[in-house]
Amino acid sequence: MPRISVTVDGIRYEEDVEPRLLLVHLLRDRLGKTGTPVGCDTSNCGACTVMLDGKSAKSCSVLAVQADGAEVVTIEGLASDGTMHPMQQAFHEEHALQCGYCTPGMVMAAIDLVNHNPDPSEEAIREGLEGNLCRCTGYCNIVRAVRRGAAVRTP
Amino acid sequence: MTEELDAGLVAEQVAESGQLSEPADGREVGRARRRKEDARLLTGRTQWTDNIQLPGMLYVVFKRSPMAHARITGVDVSAAKDMPGVVAVFSGQDFAGEQGSLPCAWPVSEDVVIPDHPPMAVETVRYPGEAVACVVAIDRYLAADALDAIDVDYEPLPAVMDMRQALTDAGPKVHEAGNKAFTWTFAQGDMEAALRDAPVLVERTYVQQRLIPSAMEPRAVVATTDGDGFTLWTATQVPHVLRVMLALTTGVPEHKLRVIAPDVGGGFGSKLQVTAEEVLCLLLTRKLGKPVKWTESRSEGNLTVHHGRDQIQHVTLAAESDGRIRGVKVELLADMGAYLMLVTPGVPLLGAFMYNGIYKMDAYSFDCTGVFTTKMPTDAYRGAGRPEATYAIERVMDELAAELGLDPIEVRRRNWIRHEEFPYTTIAGLTYDSGNYEAATEKALALFGYDKLRAEQADRRDRGDPVQLGIGVSTYTEMCGLAPSRVLGSLSYGAGGWEHGSVRMLPTGKVEVVTGTSPHGQGHETAWSQIVADSLGVPFEDVAVMHGDTAISHKGMDTYGSRSLVVGGMAVLKACEKVKEKARRLAAHALECSPDDLEFTRGAFTVKGTTSSKTIQELALAAFAAHDLPDGLEPRLDADATFDPENFSFPHGTHLCAVEVDTETGLTKIRKYVAVDDVGHVVNPLIVEGQVHGGLAQGIAQALFEEAVHDADGNLLTATMADYLVPSAADLPDFVTDRTETPATSNPLGVKGVGEAGTIASTPAVVNAVVDALRPRGVHDIQMPCTPERIWRAIR
Repeated sequence: MPRISVTVDGIRYEEDVEPRLLLVHLLRDRLGKTGTPVGCDTSNCGACTVMLDGKSAKSCSVLAVQADGAEVVTIEGLASDGTMHPMQQAFHEEHALQCGYCTPGMVMAAIDLVNHNPDPSEEAIREGLEGNLCRCTGYCNIVRAVRRGAAVRTP
Repeated sequence: MTEELDAGLVAEQVAESGQLSEPADGREVGRARRRKEDARLLTGRTQWTDNIQLPGMLYVVFKRSPMAHARITGVDVSAAKDMPGVVAVFSGQDFAGEQGSLPCAWPVSEDVVIPDHPPMAVETVRYPGEAVACVVAIDRYLAADALDAIDVDYEPLPAVMDMRQALTDAGPKVHEAGNKAFTWTFAQGDMEAALRDAPVLVERTYVQQRLIPSAMEPRAVVATTDGDGFTLWTATQVPHVLRVMLALTTGVPEHKLRVIAPDVGGGFGSKLQVTAEEVLCLLLTRKLGKPVKWTESRSEGNLTVHHGRDQIQHVTLAAESDGRIRGVKVELLADMGAYLMLVTPGVPLLGAFMYNGIYKMDAYSFDCTGVFTTKMPTDAYRGAGRPEATYAIERVMDELAAELGLDPIEVRRRNWIRHEEFPYTTIAGLTYDSGNYEAATEKALALFGYDKLRAEQADRRDRGDPVQLGIGVSTYTEMCGLAPSRVLGSLSYGAGGWEHGSVRMLPTGKVEVVTGTSPHGQGHETAWSQIVADSLGVPFEDVAVMHGDTAISHKGMDTYGSRSLVVGGMAVLKACEKVKEKARRLAAHALECSPDDLEFTRGAFTVKGTTSSKTIQELALAAFAAHDLPDGLEPRLDADATFDPENFSFPHGTHLCAVEVDTETGLTKIRKYVAVDDVGHVVNPLIVEGQVHGGLAQGIAQALFEEAVHDADGNLLTATMADYLVPSAADLPDFVTDRTETPATSNPLGVKGVGEAGTIASTPAVVNAVVDALRPRGVHDIQMPCTPERIWRAIR
């Protein structure tokens, strides 16, 4: 079994993994990082999105061995000093979540979107989040939240 | 910069949304409180069922039928048993003596046929994906490996796919008793007279396509036993109903079974069920004495989470030449799928009282036949029967307007119940307690810019613009707040519609609330806290709301049918009132006055005309200490209450949709969507608006995107999220939402429920708009979903 070294939310893990093990299952089943959920098996829904070396990635579509040497940030590692990341706060303020299942992936995708486009239009947000499905909100408040989160980050 | 400021401003406006009911006096009810639930959901500390890990836990995977209909001639599990990590492998035969039959709680008629529904198929499979065997292993990957080593032999049987064909005697049968599940009829008024020599007759057939609910959290079950009792965690909307039904089905005594719905990621009716997997996981933990977990894959879910809709509606509307309706006749075929699950046959009945919509008429008849096919059973999906009924009447009203050359708003105006006519008993026998269709419509027309858009439509038609504009109207109502227990009984439903709540003042003055509702995204922890804070005069932050665990919430009827606030919120309020009455007696004792001399404001009892007072927190401590209680008063300041509504509640509203249809490609784009809803008084405008948004998205999805498609052999072609088109942000527009506020008179809060309204209203608004765009080209209907291909073909 290959041994990998991966940093998740600031902690370095050395793990022996089967080559077929998905990153999301490494996170959830081995490391206890259950904040990242699984919503589908065809990489359509984006619920499992994490940051992989600073870019958003669907962790159901990445093998754990591919994350060898990488730095992973999950929804659990976003807050600093007990304060939520501005994008998490914006989702709260705008009521951009209901059941919350898509939320971890949606927040990670939104952060990546804003990293690439600090002042996104409504259309850019809608296109940019196309890979993340939400069944509860109808997306209106998610769009508002991403704009609010972007505004906080780029004063 | 301005854009960000604007976004902030918009958000504030939405959040405050107080033009109607923002309380000025510091009250919580009516305030756009941000949700308590968000903290855990936003930081990854949620407890989904699949997160649960127990020592020694085993993983379950199911072998599922690749065929819609077949006889099982052999199941060989021997090779699978030898695979690494495998603890046990079972086929249906191994459960035959103990698995019972999955329950149907709604035997709707005398003639209803409820076939035996084994959780795991033993002799015959009747829908694709039906479980035929399972593997229990130490790891989910090893369990999946062993699944491939199970060898199942099938003798194919013909699929039964078409309802009309299924009802003929000649074809193949799903069950020995035949393909008819039940008939159910309702008639009021003289339909023959209404149809006879009617100046206008509009006769249409509409197909409600089959939908896959697609809650974002796939189902999951964890079951364990300590050798005596059992605990089941499951992604369910109905832990209380499930506990009763599992006890009846499996023989596990009810008092030895604890059911927990932890955080649940959406339901929309799909988790209002007693599933095969819940029963089988309970049986597996009983067989093996170990904790087991099953987590559904999305593709498994598309196959085996109950589906929604799937009806064929034949509607005849008779009207006078001025557009006034004489009568509406409905002949309905409802696809049950292969079995009757928890409320499968009841779904069309929930629509039966809604085909008259908001309109007055002299005659109405409804004739429904439930039909078995070799598909996954249908059951409740957001709106359950009411979206179908609303679609039919609102579509046919637009057809009536077109026949008469009237504006669709005008034809509705000539028929709807006027605000001064409430309460109004409809032709379907329901008493609508309140409403103001005129006010909602006026507001919607103004927000939409109706006249301007009609002018643009005329201009585009004149110019022969390849992109045509269509305008769709939906003036809906619905019955929700399920439900008066007596009414449910009269409709042969197996249980009541009451709800339970407990309120406990703790010694430190904090408050614990236990509700029988079981939220899965609705925000009950926040909204119930607002109700309690106002009633008891305690801070919002001092209230904790617990739910979803039968060991904590002893009684309840759970969450569906837009019932939680209207029934469950009322139960909590009622319990608060009881707590206050007890506190009043205690305060009178402490202040040495009569209870009648006390005023209760802002959480304190004050002797009228004095400054002498006791806060409810002080009284809570006194009740706990119990050193000086009046005679006959028990220690502790707490109360239980149950609320059973006297009537349904009837949200209503006017939705307007403008679409641009590209006649060269068939592509539809929603240009503007305005929803004005009247859900009565509002506890939290932020939550209400969110519910409307999400409801709209699902209704629009039925109109434009989603359909469960089978091939002729019964295979589900939309078995993955890549094939079944749940819309993304890029597929949907921004929504303009507003409200009017006509309080319900059937409960003291004046609330009506909001969970399903958006879904019920929006589907006909969108399809009416699409048809309106194409009507000059001779188009009178497009079958849902209105895909580019269907539109393109319709105008060729």
